[in-house]
Amino acid sequence: MLIKKPGDIPYSEVTPKSVYMNRRKFLAGAAAATGAATLGARSVSDWLEPARVFADETKLGPLVKSPFSSSEMQTPYKDVTHYNNYYEFGTDKGDPAANATKFVTSPWSVSVEGEVNKPRKFDIEEIRKLAPLEERIYRHRCVEAWSIVVPWIGYSFNVLVKLVDPKPTAKFVAFQSYYDIKQMPLGPRAGIELPYVEGLRLDEAMNPLMLLTFGMYGDTLPNQDGAPVRTVIPWKYGFKSIKSIVKIRFTKDMPPTTWNIANAHEYGFYSNVNPQVDHPRWSQASERRLDGSFFGKRIKTLMFNGYGDQVASMYNGLDLRKYY
Amino acid sequence: MKDLSRHIDMRWLKPPIFLVCLVPLAHLVWLGFHNELGANPIEYITHSTGTWTLTGLCVALTMTPLRRILKQNWLIRLRRMFGLFAFFYGSLHFLTFVWLDKQFDFHEMIADVYKRTFITAGFTAFVLLIPLAATSTSGMIRRLGGRRWQMLHRLIYISAIAGVTHYYWLVKSDETVPLRFAGVVAVVLGYRVIFYALQRRQQAAAAKRSARESVFSA
Repeated sequence: MLIKKPGDIPYSEVTPKSVYMNRRKFLAGAAAATGAATLGARSVSDWLEPARVFADETKLGPLVKSPFSSSEMQTPYKDVTHYNNYYEFGTDKGDPAANATKFVTSPWSVSVEGEVNKPRKFDIEEIRKLAPLEERIYRHRCVEAWSIVVPWIGYSFNVLVKLVDPKPTAKFVAFQSYYDIKQMPLGPRAGIELPYVEGLRLDEAMNPLMLLTFGMYGDTLPNQDGAPVRTVIPWKYGFKSIKSIVKIRFTKDMPPTTWNIANAHEYGFYSNVNPQVDHPRWSQASERRLDGSFFGKRIKTLMFNGYGDQVASMYNGLDLRKYY
Repeated sequence: MKDLSRHIDMRWLKPPIFLVCLVPLAHLVWLGFHNELGANPIEYITHSTGTWTLTGLCVALTMTPLRRILKQNWLIRLRRMFGLFAFFYGSLHFLTFVWLDKQFDFHEMIADVYKRTFITAGFTAFVLLIPLAATSTSGMIRRLGGRRWQMLHRLIYISAIAGVTHYYWLVKSDETVPLRFAGVVAVVLGYRVIFYALQRRQQAAAAKRSARESVFSA
C-alpha cells in the first residue's frame, strides 16, 4: 500500500518551471523590481536572475510519483546546476556548468556486459523506455559535507538488472563514465584517474532506491549533471553516483572505484553516508543543507542519509568503520 | 634603477593602495547583495577570504626582496599595510569559520582544531599573525626595540608556511592553486635564506680583512 505524503506530488505539479523562485531569488527579484523602475527593467532583472539558458533539456513525462520521495525543501535548480562536482569539466564547483555546455550527448549508447546471460548495447532512447519514469525527490549528501534535495527522474536500476539476467557468478556491478580529452580538456588536470569508474555490490545495485537517472526538475539531465544517463544512490556519498554512463559491467570481483584509487585511506568502496565515521580531514557528523536560504543551514547528518529503513539490512554484520 | 624614495610621497601612494586592498571585500559584498555567491555562499566566502589572506602574506613577504633587487627602499614602507590586510582577511576567514560555518559551536570547533590537521595548520597560521598585528604600530616597534621587534616578526615566515600547508591539505585532488602559493612562498623565503647566507659570508670576509688591516696599520 502506498501512503501518500505531501512529497508525493511531482515537482512539475508543484512549481511550474516559469515561476522558479526560491526565497533568495524572490528577494533578488524584489530588488530587481525596485531597481527596474529606475534603471530599465530588462537589463536589471536579467542581470540579477540569469534565466535557465540550457537549450538542450527537454521535458520528460508522464512521471509516476514515488513513495521514496522526500517532502523536504528542494534545492533551487540554479544551485544544483551551478554548484557541483564533475571533474572531467574542471575541479571548481562552477566549472561543470561553464565547461559542459557543448558536451555532445547524442547519439549515445550504453553497453551492458560481463557476467550476464543477455549482454546488450542500448541506445539512450531505448534504455530510457525500459520502465515508466518516476520522479524521486532524494536527499543527496556530498562527501564534502554539503547536501541538496533534488527531484530526479528515472527508474529503479533493478529493472535493467533483471532484463540482462545476471549469471550466478555476478557479484558486483561496475560502471564507467564517458571520457574524451577533446570534449573534456581539463580531464588530465583533475587529479583523479579517468575515465571515472564506480561500483556496487549486486544486492546494493538491486536495491529499489538505486535510481538509473535520466532527468531532474521535470526535464532531461543538463550536461553538467551527468547527461544523458547517470545513477543516483541516495544513501551513499555523492561521488558514488556516476555520471554520463557508457558502460555497465557485471563482475565476479569487487571492481576498482575512482576515488578509492585516488586515495584509499579517505574513500572506501562502500562510502555509505555515516555521521559516525569521519573523513580523515573533516567531520561527517553534520552537513550544510543548500536549501535556497542565504547561507543554507547546518543540520545533523543521518545514518545512511536517512534511508536506513530501506538499506541498513544489507549491511548487517559488516563493520562500517572498517568498510567505510 | 635609481632609488625613487625621494620622489615618492607615501601620503599619496598609500590611500589608493589601501583602496585596492579593499576590492576583494567590496567584491564579496557586491556578490552577496546581488545573490551571486553561488549555491554555497559560506564556502565561497571562506575560500575567497582564505586565498586573499595568502595573497596578502605573499605580497608582504615580497616587499623585502623586491626592495633589495630593485633598490627601491620606499617599497618597505608598504609592507605593514599588506601585512595588516593579510591579517584583516585572515580574521574574516576565521570569523566565517567560527560564526557563519560553525555558528559558534565551540565543542565542534575545538574538535576540528585538534583533530583535523589542515585546520590545525590554518589556526596556527592565524594565531601567529595576532602578535604581529598587535605590534605593528611605530610605538610598539620603539617599545620593543628594532631588533626584538624584527625577531618577533619573523613569525610571519612560519605563518605563511602553515597557511600554504593548510590550503594544500584541504584540497581533494587538484593541487594547482595551493602549489602556486607554495611556489611563491618558497621563492620569497628562499631569497632570504640565500641573502642571509651571502651576507654572512661577506661579513666574515670583511671582518678578516679589517683584522688584517688593523695588524698592518698598527
